[in-house]
Amino acid sequence: MPSVMLKKNAEGKLIFYVPKKDLEEIAETVEFDSPELWGGEVLLSDGSKYYFEPQAQPDFPVTLRAKRLDSGEE
Amino acid sequence: MAALTREETEALIQEVLEVYPEAAKKDRAKHLAVNDPTLEKSNKCITSNRKSLPGVMTVRGCAYAGSKGVVWGPIKDMIHISHGPVGCGQYSRAGRRNYYVGTTGVNAFGTMNFTSDFQEKDIVFGGDKKLAKIMLEIEELFPLNKGISIQSECPIGLIGDDIEAVAKKASKAIDKPVVPVRCEGFRGVSQSLGHHIANDAIRDWVLENRDGDESFPTTPYDVAVIGDYNIGGDAWSSRTLLEEMGLRVVAQWSGDGTIAEMEKTPKVKLNLIHCYRSMNYIARHMEEKYKIPWIEYNFFGPTKIAESLRKIAALFDETIQAGAERVIERYKAEYEAVIAKYKPRLQGKRVMLYVGGLRPRHVIGAYEDLGMEVVGTGYEFGHNDDYDRTIKEMGNATLIYDDVTGYEFEEFVKRVKPDLIGSGIKEKYIFQKMGIPFRQMHSWDYSGPYHGYDGFAIFARDMDMTLNNPCWKQVQVPWKKADNDPIAVAASA
Ligand code: SF4
Repeated sequence: MPSVMLKKNAEGKLIFYVPKKDLEEIAETVEFDSPELWGGEVLLSDGSKYYFEPQAQPDFPVTLRAKRLDSGEE
Repeated sequence: MAALTREETEALIQEVLEVYPEAAKKDRAKHLAVNDPTLEKSNKCITSNRKSLPGVMTVRGCAYAGSKGVVWGPIKDMIHISHGPVGCGQYSRAGRRNYYVGTTGVNAFGTMNFTSDFQEKDIVFGGDKKLAKIMLEIEELFPLNKGISIQSECPIGLIGDDIEAVAKKASKAIDKPVVPVRCEGFRGVSQSLGHHIANDAIRDWVLENRDGDESFPTTPYDVAVIGDYNIGGDAWSSRTLLEEMGLRVVAQWSGDGTIAEMEKTPKVKLNLIHCYRSMNYIARHMEEKYKIPWIEYNFFGPTKIAESLRKIAALFDETIQAGAERVIERYKAEYEAVIAKYKPRLQGKRVMLYVGGLRPRHVIGAYEDLGMEVVGTGYEFGHNDDYDRTIKEMGNATLIYDDVTGYEFEEFVKRVKPDLIGSGIKEKYIFQKMGIPFRQMHSWDYSGPYHGYDGFAIFARDMDMTLNNPCWKQVQVPWKKADNDPIAVAASA
């Protein structure tokens, strides 16, 4: 369950940052992405997948816990 | 010498790896790469921030070096205790040349070495009492200090001292911030974790000190300079540019910085990050907690300076944007003259770099402004995100090496034959003896500043005087020179 720092970049895309792993990726898709419901599966541009407990959209930047679903291609 | 092709560079890496035993070869192979600027992500080609192999020569430092030497040390009005045996602090004392104004020993303490000087009995019985005592002594002898930080050396973590408790008590007793930093040298794989630990200590013990206190008058143009250690005056030649364009620099982290500046940083509008590697953590934290955006900038060489000034200005209103243009215009004649003078002497020269965590990519632009080309670069303690930012700056098929070993670096240099090497003090004399011009790029070889327009003039002069120094022609003994071949000399007689 890595802690993930999430922020929006200038283009409004979600930047996904895991300090411990120096992982800095753009989130390609977010399963639920509306003000009321946000989270679920997040697919990063490097192909890896993470899961966030669905919740009301947080105020970015924010640090949340995520579950790693699949490591993508290594 | 013509540039190596991709195939030649790959072959060179293979050849260099050949001498290693199987396991070491496999490991080191992941740290050496041929650059491909089309890649988006560096992890496809290079691995970084891993433990160095036992048996090879690495030039990395320790976590204590990253915290005391880099992040905390330059905060001039605090006293930083090197807690543990005397050597760690004394052998690294004042080596980074972080300039500051103030009277050393009275209200500034940058070049002094404070240590708890551990003896056997402190290891056996614990050093907490001694630590508490020296803090009271410090307060008595140096009453103008604005706080104390405790920089743990290896033994502290090993014997399990509770420096946090001592710090809290001392802070009450002297009524000043006392910050315990758990930066024991054995933590992590390099000084890089020390930076992170130091950032976290600032986050936990300093940054919140003025939360809820609105007495500091702010302006819409407040910024903080983060990750500039004022080496040879770097932060000063950067700060003037920002001020000239209309911004107000509230804090310098941490070159010529003070604890009061750090405490005020959560009030600024924008954090400007120069050394991303050592201070991105605190910037990210402030972004999350105080909603302060941050951007990276680069003040090496006029091209990057102008780019950065415009990038910074774009986040403010027209007055600042006009200010940026005004600054660029004002210095134009100056830097054009520098280029006109030195470019003809440096044009086409090839450089290999191997520095810490920022310069391997940040100085590339400054060399290019002088018509030079960086043909190899690498970090001592960079991470993936540093290499991500590097592959775009470097030319195609150039060499990239992470935590390069002494042997690898020498072999690369023998083959690539650069005209100049920029690296650290541990590499300096080897390459000078090999007859290759060398600049020490950590502390600017006793020169500097190199940041800003003023710094660029000094940078250009230094590169020229090193590279074109006539001494390099004298390195080879006369009887080994081809044109002194005795038969040829005899024949021409
Ligand atoms: S590794 Fe430990 S003993 Fe060595 S300099 Fe660093 S803190 Fe001191």
